[in-house]
Amino acid sequence: MSLITPADQTKLTEAFADLTRSVTLLFFTQTLDCETCLQTRQILDELPPLSGRIAIEEVNFVLEKDKAAQYGIDRVPAIAVVYDEAGERRDSRIRFLGAPAGYEFVSLIQAVLLAGGRSSNLSAPSLAHLAAVDKPVTMQVFTTPT
Amino acid sequence: MAFASPHITAYAVEATEYPDLARRYRVTGVPKTVVNETVEILGALPEPDFVTQALSEFTMKDGN
Repeated sequence: MSLITPADQTKLTEAFADLTRSVTLLFFTQTLDCETCLQTRQILDELPPLSGRIAIEEVNFVLEKDKAAQYGIDRVPAIAVVYDEAGERRDSRIRFLGAPAGYEFVSLIQAVLLAGGRSSNLSAPSLAHLAAVDKPVTMQVFTTPT
Repeated sequence: MAFASPHITAYAVEATEYPDLARRYRVTGVPKTVVNETVEILGALPEPDFVTQALSEFTMKDGN
């Protein structure tokens, strides 16, 4: 049974129709000692049926340490949003730690749309401010599922 | 913001699943944003204020 209602599936399918780039959700997971990895996989599996431009790629956190390090992932479940541009894989630098349930699911959809080619919702002054950032910045936004 | 700047990486962290991180960054309410371990923003702000507070320490100063 789907976790997403038919009405929401329709809305998502319509939103994803605007994707101009292929988006891959790198899903870092492990089999043992991961309470929410299965739930995360179930949530992610809802998306590819709604768009041919969305794929899930599972990364074994235990066996593929190099890939985890490359994407700055040090715990599971975690998701890194990447996309294809000019035949190359690009990193959106957007990550999700923990199952993307509740409001996080909305954020995940926004990240997919952004990586898939939607233009930024940020104002021009904010974009100018962002263009002036010249040091490495790591932002962590803490949320809860509801 | 991460998508708009090559220098920025953004993590959405589920606080109840990672209580160790929530403790380390003294998350007493959500949303809470921690920037480079030093800047802390509790609650949601209007976008211009949020961008300014989050990034002012990491931005080229005017005239440079």
